[in-house]
Amino acid sequence: MDYFAQQLINGLVLGSIYGLIAIGYTMVYGIVGMINFAHGDIFMIGGFIALISFLVLVSFGLTAVPVILLIVLLVAMAITALYGWTVERIAYRPLRHSFRLAPMLSAIGMSFVLSNFSQVAQGARVKPVPPIITGGYTLHKGAGGFVVQLSNVQIVVVITTVVLLALFTWLVARTRLGRDMRACEQDQTMAALLGVDVDRTISMTFVIGAALAAVAGMMYLLYYGLVDFYMGFVAGIKAFTAAVLGGIGSLPGAMLGGLAIGLIETLWSAYFSVEYKDVAAFSILIVVLIFMPTGLLGRPEVEKV
Amino acid sequence: MSDTDSILTVDRLSMRFGGIVAVNELSFDAGRRRITALIGPNGAGKTTVFNCITGFYKPTGGTMRLAHDNGREIALERLNDFRISKQAKVARTFQNIRLFPGMTALENLMVAQHNALMLASGFTFLGLFGAPSWRAAERRAIERATFWLKRVGLIDRADDAAGNLAYGDQRRLEIARAMCTEPALLCLDEPAAGLNARESAALSELLLSIRADHGTSILLIEHDMSVVMEISDHVVVMDYGVKIAEGAPQTVRDDPRVIAAYLGADEQEAIAVMESDA
Amino acid sequence: MSGGRVTAPTTDHKPARAHRAAFILKKALLSAFVALVLFSLMIGIRTEAGPTGQLIYWTRFSELASLVGAVFIGSIIVELMRQWLGPAPTANLIPPPVQNGLALAGRLIAPALLIFTLLVPVIFYQQRYILDLAILVLTYVMLGWGLNVVVGLAGLLDLGYVAFYAVGAYSYALLATTFGLSFWICLPLAGILASLWGVMLGFPVLRLRGDYLAIVTLAFGEIIRLVIVNWQSLTGGPNGISGIPRPTLFGIPLTPADDGLAARLGIEFDPTHRIVFLFYVILALALITNWVTIRLRRLPIGRAWEALREDEVACRALGINTTTTKLTAFATGALFGGFAGAFFATRQGFISPESFTFQESALVLAIVVLGGMGSQLGVALAALALIGGFELFRGLEQYRMLVFGIAMVLLMIWRPRGLIGHRAPTVYLKRAEAISSDLVKEGHG
Repeated sequence: MDYFAQQLINGLVLGSIYGLIAIGYTMVYGIVGMINFAHGDIFMIGGFIALISFLVLVSFGLTAVPVILLIVLLVAMAITALYGWTVERIAYRPLRHSFRLAPMLSAIGMSFVLSNFSQVAQGARVKPVPPIITGGYTLHKGAGGFVVQLSNVQIVVVITTVVLLALFTWLVARTRLGRDMRACEQDQTMAALLGVDVDRTISMTFVIGAALAAVAGMMYLLYYGLVDFYMGFVAGIKAFTAAVLGGIGSLPGAMLGGLAIGLIETLWSAYFSVEYKDVAAFSILIVVLIFMPTGLLGRPEVEKV
Repeated sequence: MSDTDSILTVDRLSMRFGGIVAVNELSFDAGRRRITALIGPNGAGKTTVFNCITGFYKPTGGTMRLAHDNGREIALERLNDFRISKQAKVARTFQNIRLFPGMTALENLMVAQHNALMLASGFTFLGLFGAPSWRAAERRAIERATFWLKRVGLIDRADDAAGNLAYGDQRRLEIARAMCTEPALLCLDEPAAGLNARESAALSELLLSIRADHGTSILLIEHDMSVVMEISDHVVVMDYGVKIAEGAPQTVRDDPRVIAAYLGADEQEAIAVMESDA
Repeated sequence: MSGGRVTAPTTDHKPARAHRAAFILKKALLSAFVALVLFSLMIGIRTEAGPTGQLIYWTRFSELASLVGAVFIGSIIVELMRQWLGPAPTANLIPPPVQNGLALAGRLIAPALLIFTLLVPVIFYQQRYILDLAILVLTYVMLGWGLNVVVGLAGLLDLGYVAFYAVGAYSYALLATTFGLSFWICLPLAGILASLWGVMLGFPVLRLRGDYLAIVTLAFGEIIRLVIVNWQSLTGGPNGISGIPRPTLFGIPLTPADDGLAARLGIEFDPTHRIVFLFYVILALALITNWVTIRLRRLPIGRAWEALREDEVACRALGINTTTTKLTAFATGALFGGFAGAFFATRQGFISPESFTFQESALVLAIVVLGGMGSQLGVALAALALIGGFELFRGLEQYRMLVFGIAMVLLMIWRPRGLIGHRAPTVYLKRAEAISSDLVKEGHG
C-alpha cells in the first residue's frame, strides 16, 4: 500500500509534465487541425535552455535558489516561445491552406531540424545537473520500513503546474486573445470576417504552447536532473497520447490525459516491467483511439453524409 | 402494376440523435416502377430518412422492407453501409454531390461496377495475370459505362476528371454512377438543386426514361416543385420528422396542411408550392 | 501601387525602390534579431559534462555572431529573390505547359532510366561505392513503391511503415539462422509474415482517420521496435542478429569456395560478383513491385483504393466493402515492405533495431510525398534525389539529419504535391489525359 502511494505521487508528478506538453498539442490541433510533430522537440529545447541559463546564472554567483529558478523559468519560457513562433512562421504558415500531408511532413522535418540542431549545437551526450532542489518530507513510515516520501522537487513541479494552468485557463476563458482563439477554432473564415487577426491568433497559440512546453522541459530537468537531444521524441508521442486520451481539443482533457499517462507509466514500471513501459503507453494510445476515439472529454464527431 | 405493389415499405421508422427526434414513426410506401417524392421544409428529416434507407444511419426504431421483383424481401434495417447497395440493390446520390473528383467520368462509372468486376477478376488474382475472362468482363463494364455516359450526355467528357465537370454535369454523372450499380431502387437527394430551368427539365426527362426503360423505382427528395409535380406518381410530405400528408401530386399541393407547413417554415418554398398550382 | 499615377512615373520610381529597400532591411534586421535570441543560449554557450562529471560551459560568441550575420544576409537574399520572381505562389513556379511537357518527357524518362539502371553494374563495375549506393537507392525505391500503395493510392497515412520492413528483415534473419532456410524460401515467407502484420495493424485502425491513423501507425512502429529491443532471447536485443546467410543463385553460393559460382564457371572469384548479384536481386524485386502496382491500379481493387482516397462515403454507397479494401491496401504495402526487409537483412548480413527507427518511416514517407502521391516514376526519382542527397552529406555525419530536416521543410513548401503532380487515369475511351493533382484528393484515412 505504501509502495502504491509512493508510485501514485511519482505518477502524478510525471503526469503534470506530460499534461503541460499535451496542452500544446491539443491547442494547436484544435485551432489548425494538425499534429505539431515538432512540439516534443520544443519541449526538449525548453529543457536545454533552462539548463544553460541555470548554468550561466550559477556561474554569475547567484545563490538564491528561488530567484534563480524564477529567472530560469522566465528565460526558458520566453526563448522557447520564440522557437514555437519561428517554427510556425517558417514551416507551417506557408502550408496552412495546402494539402493535409504537406504540413505534417513539414512538421516531421521540423522535428528532425530541432533535435539535430540541438545535437549539433550542444553535443550528443546526456547533460546531467546536480539536484537543484533538495530535501523533502516523509509522509508515512510503513511497517516494513518502506518510506513514502514527497520531495521538494515534486512539490515545486506540481505547484508550478497548477499555477500555470490556472493562469492559462484564465487566459483562454477571460481574455480577448482567448476569445479569438476559440473563435478561430470554430471557424477561421468567419473569425477573420469578424475582425479577428487569424494569423496572429495562430501564432500566439504556438507561442503559448511552446511556453508551456518550456515549463515542462524545465520541470523535467529539475525532476530527472538531465536533458538530452533525443528526449523530445518519446516525450512528445506520450504527451500526444495524453492529449488524445483526454479528448483532443479539450484543454482540461489534456491535463487529465497527462495525469493518466503519467500514472499508467509509473505503475506499469513499478509492477510489471520498466523495459515495456513505453510499449504500454503506446498500446494504450491504440486502444483508446479504437474504443474511445473522442477521448475522455472530447466532443463526439458525427459523420456527415 | 397496382398501387398496392410497393418496392419499399417503411413502417414506423424513427431516428433519434440524443434527445432530438429527427424522424418520428414515419410510414410510407414507394411503389414499384414509380417515382415517389419526399418533400418538406428544410430540417423536416428527409435526408435522415434517406440515410436510414441507404444504411448510413441505423434507425432507432421501425422497419424498412424492400421487395424485389423476384419476390425476395430484404429488411434494410438489418443491413449496414455497403451491403445496402451490394445486396439490396439500393443506390443513392448525395445532396452535396460526392463524385471521385480526381478520377475521370469513366473511372467513376467503373468504380460503381466494383462488385461485379471484383468477381470477374477472380478477386484480383485472375486479373493480375490478364485472364481472358477478366478482359471480357472489363470490356463489358466499359460498354455499360459508355452506355450511361451517352445516356446522360457526357460521352464527350468521358476522359475528363469528374472534378472538372460543370455542376449540372456532375449531378448527372452521379446519377449515371448510381445506375451503373444496377439498382432496384434509386434514391436521389435533391437532384435538381442548383440546376437551371433547362437542366431541370432535362433531368425530369432522364428520370422518367430511367423508370420507363430500366424498370427502376425512384425515391427522391426535391425542393424544385416543378420537377416534383411533373414526374412524381406519389408525394409524401414531411414536417418536423412526421408525415403530414401524402397522395398524388395534385392532392398534396392543395392540402392546407402542406401549405401551412411551408408557409410556417419558409416563405419562398410555400410560394413555390402555390405557384406550381397556377 | 504606382499604376494610378500616370503623370509622374519617373518621380515615383525612386521612392518606391527606397521604400522596398527599407522594407527588406527591416525584415532582415528582424530575422537577425529573432535568430540572435533563438541562438543566444543554444549556440552562444556550449555545455559539456566536465572530467568530474560536473557540467561546464564555454562561450562561442564568434559562432553566434557569424550565424546571426548569415541569417541577416540570407534573409536579404530571400527577400530579393521573392521580389524578382514576383508574388507568384511557389507552387506554380513551373508553368503548366512545362509541367505537361515534363509529363510527356516522363514517358521517355522511365524507359531510359530503366535501361540505365540495368547497365549500372556494367558501367560502374569498378566502383564498389556506387554499386552499394545504387543498391541502397533501389531498396528505398522499393520501399517507396510499397508505401505508395497505402498512402498514394488508398490515401491511408502510415507513419509506421518501417515496422513491416523490420518484420521482413527479422523474419528472414531468424528463419535463416535458426532453421537454415535459404533466402529464396524465406523471401516469400517474410513477405507473407509482414502482410499478416499489416492486416493485424489494419483491423483495429480501420475506423480511424487522418491524423489519428498517422499517430497510431507511428505508435505501432515504435511498439515493434521496442519489442525487438527488449525481447533479447529472440531478437538479440540491441545487439541485433549477425551472421545472416547471403543469398545464393539457386543454391550456388557466391563465395570463393570450390562449389562457388566463380569456381563452377571457371572464372576468378571477385567479391564484386556478389554485389552485382544483389543489385539485380533488388532491381528484380523493385520491378516486380512496380509491375504489380501498375496492374493493380487497373484492376477493381486498385480503383477501389483510389476511390477510397477520393471519397469513402461514396464508396460505401456504391457497395464497396471499405473494410476489406483498406485491409488489402495495408497487406499489399506490408508485403512489399517485408520483401525489402528480407533483402536488407541478406545484404547487410547483420541487423539491429537501430535500422528500424521512426526516421526510416519518415524518410520513406518523404519519398512517397515528394514523388507526388501515387506516381511510380515520381517515387523512383524522389528516392534517387533523397538518398543520393543524403549520401552527399556522408562526410558531415552529424549534420546529415539536420540538413535532411531542413530539406523536408523546404521541399514541402516548394512542392506540397510532390515532383510529379499528375494522376494518370487507369482506363480511357479516347485519350488518357493526366489529371491535375489539384483535383486529386489525398484521403482522410
